[in-house]
Amino acid sequence: MSEPTRPSAVAAPPHAAHDVHHEELGFWRKYVFSTDHKVIGIQYAVTGLLFLLFGFTLMMLMRWQLAYPGAAVPWLGALLGDSRMPGGTMLPEFYNELGAMHGTIMVFLGVVPLAVGGFGNFVLPLQIGAPDMSFPKINMMSYWCLVLGGLTMLGSFVIPAGGAAQSGWTSYVPLAVIAGSGQTWWLVGMIFLITSSLLGALNFITTTIQLRAKGLTFMRFPFFVWAQFVTAFLLLLAFPPLEAAGVMQLMDRVAGTSFFLPSGLVVSGQIVNNAGGGNPLLWQHLFWFLAHPEVYVLILPGMGIVAEIIANNTRKPLWGYRSMVYSLVFLGFMSFIVWAHHMFMTGMGTTMAAFFQTTTMIISIPSVVILTALVISLWGGSIRFNTPMLFALAFLPMFGIGGLTGLPLGLNITDIPLHDTYYVIAHFHYVVAPGSLFALMAGVYYWYPKATGRRMSETLGKIHFAGSFVCMNVVFMPMFIVGMAGVSRRLFDGGATYDFAQPVLHWNVVSSWGAWTLGLFQIPFIFNFFWSIWNGEKVGENPWQATTIEWSAPSPPPHGNFLGAPEAYRGPYEYSVPGAPKDFWPQFEA
Amino acid sequence: MDIPYTVEVRRDTGLTNGKIGIWLFLASEVMLFGALFASYILIRTGAATWPRGDTMLDVPLATVNTIILISSSVTMVMAWASLMRGRFGTFRIYMGATILLGFGFLVVKYFEYSAHFHEGALPSTNNFLAIYYTLTGLHGLHVIGGMTVNAYFWGPGAKLWKTNPVWFTNRVEHSGLFWHFVDLVWIFLFPTLYLL
Repeated sequence: MSEPTRPSAVAAPPHAAHDVHHEELGFWRKYVFSTDHKVIGIQYAVTGLLFLLFGFTLMMLMRWQLAYPGAAVPWLGALLGDSRMPGGTMLPEFYNELGAMHGTIMVFLGVVPLAVGGFGNFVLPLQIGAPDMSFPKINMMSYWCLVLGGLTMLGSFVIPAGGAAQSGWTSYVPLAVIAGSGQTWWLVGMIFLITSSLLGALNFITTTIQLRAKGLTFMRFPFFVWAQFVTAFLLLLAFPPLEAAGVMQLMDRVAGTSFFLPSGLVVSGQIVNNAGGGNPLLWQHLFWFLAHPEVYVLILPGMGIVAEIIANNTRKPLWGYRSMVYSLVFLGFMSFIVWAHHMFMTGMGTTMAAFFQTTTMIISIPSVVILTALVISLWGGSIRFNTPMLFALAFLPMFGIGGLTGLPLGLNITDIPLHDTYYVIAHFHYVVAPGSLFALMAGVYYWYPKATGRRMSETLGKIHFAGSFVCMNVVFMPMFIVGMAGVSRRLFDGGATYDFAQPVLHWNVVSSWGAWTLGLFQIPFIFNFFWSIWNGEKVGENPWQATTIEWSAPSPPPHGNFLGAPEAYRGPYEYSVPGAPKDFWPQFEA
Repeated sequence: MDIPYTVEVRRDTGLTNGKIGIWLFLASEVMLFGALFASYILIRTGAATWPRGDTMLDVPLATVNTIILISSSVTMVMAWASLMRGRFGTFRIYMGATILLGFGFLVVKYFEYSAHFHEGALPSTNNFLAIYYTLTGLHGLHVIGGMTVNAYFWGPGAKLWKTNPVWFTNRVEHSGLFWHFVDLVWIFLFPTLYLL
């Protein structure tokens, strides 16, 4: 071959060479193995929504056992077979499978794929005016790693020996090491999911830094972009330690090592024959080193979505945008040094506990700053109460309840009586279910017109909202009462065998009926989601009269997203500018 | 449609996408190995007894391996530098040498492992061996990964040199950064496991 001169002197080949490739892609490359961030985003979002439904179904099954312990589950019970529900009555082992997999699926296969994979992939490049993600093939690989991880998790339910993982989503050792084969599947599935998150995270960060449009400086970013940017750093740096821990647990299970098995471990009256010398607390440290930042991975994208929708529907700039951004960055940093507040009861020592309760109190400050800024943003706005806005507004008090009820858990002393009770379940579900999930629902209604070119039905949306809002509180509010009465969250009968729990047991029934009704109220959403693809009201590029760059692209955006090269001329939320001809002054209009 | 800044640098950041991507990837790798080293410290400080590395492992072989890996980092740089000078032929030689050295590392590692297995020193024997096999095994996987990428650039991936030499040079540089990282991990592993 003829040797070119020094590469630095060689001009990049003209881009025309690439454009020859523009013939229509086949079905598989266009819709299944696509490298287009919009297709991947929708794939992620639909996968996430399906897993949310599946994880919720597992919980609806568990709620039967909690409300009516030992009673046969009508209809469904017989279908699940004698190894799980003999005569329709749930076995404790199956209950444990459901519990472990509910947590795993909701966190790693439901909320994260929808919040980060779905909204991050679809919205972030559009909002920064990029033609695609910076590494489209890695993006596709990230999605398919998620699918592999999801299939591994689902597959573990039907393997012949033992069924799915039973040791909780936290997979605490030594229980998880001596558990049945489902735990090995769980670990392998987690390694796929971690790989998926890592590939996604480095793509998001690179895209945000490199592919932002001309004029889009960091302080002109929509808050959603900042939220995804910080989230990506959390995923990038917090997940690898769990991968390391997962590899070590896999070694313990498969190669017979003793990383997490102490000497002289007794199981069912027999001393386990292992080398010993391992440290069970090590697993908890490594797990929570991921899982606390993970909590912020679950909530930050939601905060970003809510900020967009509140600015848009109050027709006002966000109040305190800069303080929100600084709080976000500080929050991201602090989230790495609070993990052991999950471990006050492990005997790790009071010095450690004192340190971690201090950092925990500190991290609540930036969360409160962001929430307060969002609430103050409402002040004096002429609010449009459309479906996305209703969900976004509901997010504020729900996340508020979740956050405030977390303070007693973050303090060492008050955590002791509340630890591992239903109070904890109620606390973090208020953050994640009516918190994050409401924000994500708001996002689905808000960006649906951009993805499909049609709006979802407002009537069905409002039914979905009202029902979900009431039911979420019916499900979780009683758990505070049950929890403060001291009922442990780990009981397979919901506390029925304990005398002290009798006065609060009826609340279990209330929660359960709340959960099933909540399930019914998702039907209008599912119907709306599909019906509107063909029958929704057709919209133009900017149906919400919004200011950020994604609304300058056609709906749905074509391959390459924008018709011209978008440019940012001002900050993201120039609503109701005095003297302007209309009440919004888009970032992308000169 | 082309993604901007795959080949040319963005002016305000001064970087290409790939350069940021590989450094972020390495940051996550630091966290992965960092967690394992931290676990090593925690398990060792909590252990009643802990063998000295040289009583269990073969220090001379590991020294040879250290020399092999450091040499492979040198040849990796030379491969990239050859491309910068536009000498594709020398690139092939140095890249080939890098891959062969990586392979040599794995062969030595194979002899080490099989000797341990013959003595009955398994991962389940004690926690020293457990962490030894986990760390060196994971490192070995990284060596294989780096060799695969390098082999791709030596073989089929080299086609890019004809159409877009700058891009190809950048790719080799990024793969080199990963290779140096793998080397660096070994530089930490060697004293930690074999000497301390």
